[in-house]
Amino acid sequence: MTAALPVLILLTSLIPAGVTFFLAQDSHGLRNSLNLGGAVLKLGLIVWMLFAVAGGATYEATLPLAPGLVMLLRVDALALLFISLSATLWFLTTIYAIAYFGAKPELSRFFGFFSLCVAATTGLALSGSLISFFIFFELLTLSTWPLVAHKQDKPSLSAARVYLAYALPGSAALLWAIIWLESATGPVLFTDPPDLSALDPYALRAIFALFIIGVGVKAALVPLHGWLPAAMAAPAPVSALLHAVAVVKAGAFGVVRIIYDVFGAANVIALGVGVPLAALASVTIIWGSLRALQQDEIKKRLAYSTVSQVSYIVLGAALASPLAMIGGLVHLIHQGLMKITLFFCAGIYDERAGVKKITGLNGMGQRLPWTSVCFSLGAMGMIGLPPLAGFVSKFYLGLGGLEAGAPWVLGVLAASTLLNATYFLPLLYRLWFLPAAPDATGNERAPALVIPAVVTAAAAVGVGLLAASPISPLGWATLIVTREYGP
Amino acid sequence: MSALVVVLTLPLVTALTVLLLPARARVPVVLASSALIVLAAGALALAVWHGGPVTLAVGGWAPPLGIALRADGLAAALIMMSALVMGAVALAAQFELTPDRVGARMGFGFWPLMLLLWAALNAVYLSRDLFNLYVGVELLSLAAVALVALSGSAQALAAALRYMIFALAGSLLYLAGVVLAYGAHGTLDIGLLAVRVPAHTDALALGLMTAGLLAKTALFPFHVWLPPAHAGAPAPASALLSALVPKASFLILIRLWFEAMPDLASGAALLVLAALGAIAVIWGGVLALVQKRLKLIVAYSTVAQLGYLFFIFPLAGGDGSAQPWAAGAWTGAMFQALSHGLAKAAMFLTAGIYIAAIGSDRLGDLRGLARTLPMTGFAFALAAITLMGLPPSGGFTAKYLLMTSAFAAGQWPWALVLAGGGVLAAAYLYRPIAALFAQRAQTAARPIPRAWQAVPLVLAALSILLGLLSAIPFDLLQIGRPAPAQEGL
Repeated sequence: MTAALPVLILLTSLIPAGVTFFLAQDSHGLRNSLNLGGAVLKLGLIVWMLFAVAGGATYEATLPLAPGLVMLLRVDALALLFISLSATLWFLTTIYAIAYFGAKPELSRFFGFFSLCVAATTGLALSGSLISFFIFFELLTLSTWPLVAHKQDKPSLSAARVYLAYALPGSAALLWAIIWLESATGPVLFTDPPDLSALDPYALRAIFALFIIGVGVKAALVPLHGWLPAAMAAPAPVSALLHAVAVVKAGAFGVVRIIYDVFGAANVIALGVGVPLAALASVTIIWGSLRALQQDEIKKRLAYSTVSQVSYIVLGAALASPLAMIGGLVHLIHQGLMKITLFFCAGIYDERAGVKKITGLNGMGQRLPWTSVCFSLGAMGMIGLPPLAGFVSKFYLGLGGLEAGAPWVLGVLAASTLLNATYFLPLLYRLWFLPAAPDATGNERAPALVIPAVVTAAAAVGVGLLAASPISPLGWATLIVTREYGP
Repeated sequence: MSALVVVLTLPLVTALTVLLLPARARVPVVLASSALIVLAAGALALAVWHGGPVTLAVGGWAPPLGIALRADGLAAALIMMSALVMGAVALAAQFELTPDRVGARMGFGFWPLMLLLWAALNAVYLSRDLFNLYVGVELLSLAAVALVALSGSAQALAAALRYMIFALAGSLLYLAGVVLAYGAHGTLDIGLLAVRVPAHTDALALGLMTAGLLAKTALFPFHVWLPPAHAGAPAPASALLSALVPKASFLILIRLWFEAMPDLASGAALLVLAALGAIAVIWGGVLALVQKRLKLIVAYSTVAQLGYLFFIFPLAGGDGSAQPWAAGAWTGAMFQALSHGLAKAAMFLTAGIYIAAIGSDRLGDLRGLARTLPMTGFAFALAAITLMGLPPSGGFTAKYLLMTSAFAAGQWPWALVLAGGGVLAAAYLYRPIAALFAQRAQTAARPIPRAWQAVPLVLAALSILLGLLSAIPFDLLQIGRPAPAQEGL
């Protein structure tokens, strides 16, 4: 059973993916129940494992490929943090996507790649060796491409091309880093940090930089972030997937793995690469916010906001102090919940009211009240108003900055909060306080679109309110840091 | 041993039988015989897997009196890969090269030529005698040239003629080297040459043979014949020419440099071979990037992909052969040969489907075909993943093994070319994929039977499986590997 579980949890997404490709366009019932069934089964398995892992269990499955290529799937606390997020959001996004697409064409292709994407994310989270991480990282790139290109019109195809133009050189850098490192240390398993003494510090710094370039493309670190705003051409469920469930999260997760399980926090500090990375993350945080201010398309503004927010996770990991790491890890969950809420709502505004631009939001609070409440909660969470989720992340990051002897982090956080408020509050003002345009239409009589948004918004509030409980994301992040990376 | 005899003789017997058969019986007989050869190839691989290399002294006369045939792990793997590709090509050709579609000459001529090519390939894989290898590779070249000329168009004839000039010049150079070796040692058996008393003509002999074989393998700068020939042949023939034919001459190079005369492998010579390979990777990739026809893109991609094979020489040859990374480098190159074979055949077969459906392979005309022919588009994308070297494909295993060895050997420039070549492959293969995915739906695509569409998909899936299950082919390739068997890094 201990070997079967990681494989089983991967199969809950992989099997629906494989079967869905071969379903006819109009077999809606089968396709939907397959995808939702997989998601429910996966959630069940995860809940079960959460309790087992909290009690100290680990699960492992190995598939040896050619010598040196070890495919290792392993459930540890950090992996579970990520897959609980992606599995929950997968389930909600599937419901949302079914309603969003209705009877549009190429649904089997869409849901097939969608599930494949989630399977890749699961595999990436469960990877216990660098090479299996790389394999799933690539699978993620490849399975996301058809989703970005899904509409098959000019903007989508160009967005998809830009995506690959960033992602593939990034993965070449990642592979280069992996092989350089492994040629000196042998295959790297995350449980067993490699002995880095075989390489000189300059080589190690170069390897670290290559690693960060490799995963930084997915985490949308400035200046590798250009693909993410471009990918806004894709349908709303894909944006949700890119921004919250899978892709940028995979990049941020990769940064965490590389710092803590490949190099080790002590080495990162000793090599002096943590502070430059934290500085790069800070630049990304500020730059993303500044760019978000300039956008008048809702989805574009949200996209730049993601660029900024995901770097909180990178910042927390790079500071390499326990409290900062808790802040970074918990933001992995918090940002996911808040951002997916915002994208769900942006999709509803677009689909149900035809609103794409910020000016169109005027007075929407009355027309689409549920959506607008959710949107407001998500936005206020992003700004970091207590007691919402974003506040908890920022609080821990700030403490972590002080702990790591980098008080300038407080300045970055303050500036970012100010900027977040500057680009989100006008939207809320428009929603609730400005009169609607006379020709404005729209309603939210689409429960399958609205309910997922309500659930994620409630969760974003809940994880903030209940942060002190041990089963909250904060509790789990604290468990990871104290158990696995504690002094 | 009987499996070895079957893979060697059955293609030849069938080739002759097909000439006598009435048109109706031709395809069923070829398909039945192909199935038998695939089974025999599997049996041979199993026999090698369990009992080590299988040797057959023809007529019971051991060398130096007779000639030897020997199936080591490498030969068994190549025979298996070739059998799968041949079987798939036969399945696709039964739809594609029907007499009413392509005329009586092509509809008839393809089958015996294909089988002749198959017999020649297997003979080269199994031979342990330099003259036998000459006969095999000569037969191979003639069958290949005839396949290029099959359509009879002026363009195809010009391409075939250019191919023939290169192939014959290569044969002559090779034969001159063989004569020198025989004059000096009185034997052409690879095993006996390995323990020969060195003669001063050996270096010249090896140089001549190598030059001849490079021309046939289309290594840069001898690649100029390949793109027009491979793009001009009918698609199933292109699949054979690109996927299999260069592997035969490459295998002879391996036999020469690793088994017959490893003592002559000087560092400089090995470096030159790999440098030419590196140039081929870059140059072939760049030229593939600017082509406007699918078949030409795929053909230039062959030039690039063959370049990777030559990294084997500095990484696993000469002084490197005793190093711990040699096994990885050697096996990586062989993985490249195997996975490229499967993926490239799949790609040419998809090109054949597109040509049958819309009568063109210009990128502009392919727009929107992913929607009309989803299975074919999927097959093309899977094959592209292997050629780009992305995980979890066989191409990835190949690149990983080669790159790790390059780093371990301190020869990181090869690793740089491997990484850059992968990105280049992604760029040139992206263009057809983007065209297929583009929105404008094709107006009049002729219907393509699902069974035909499934053929390239199976080949492409096999090239991915080669990576997922790489432990099995890896171990098979170690059986009978020259140089002390070392575990990989």
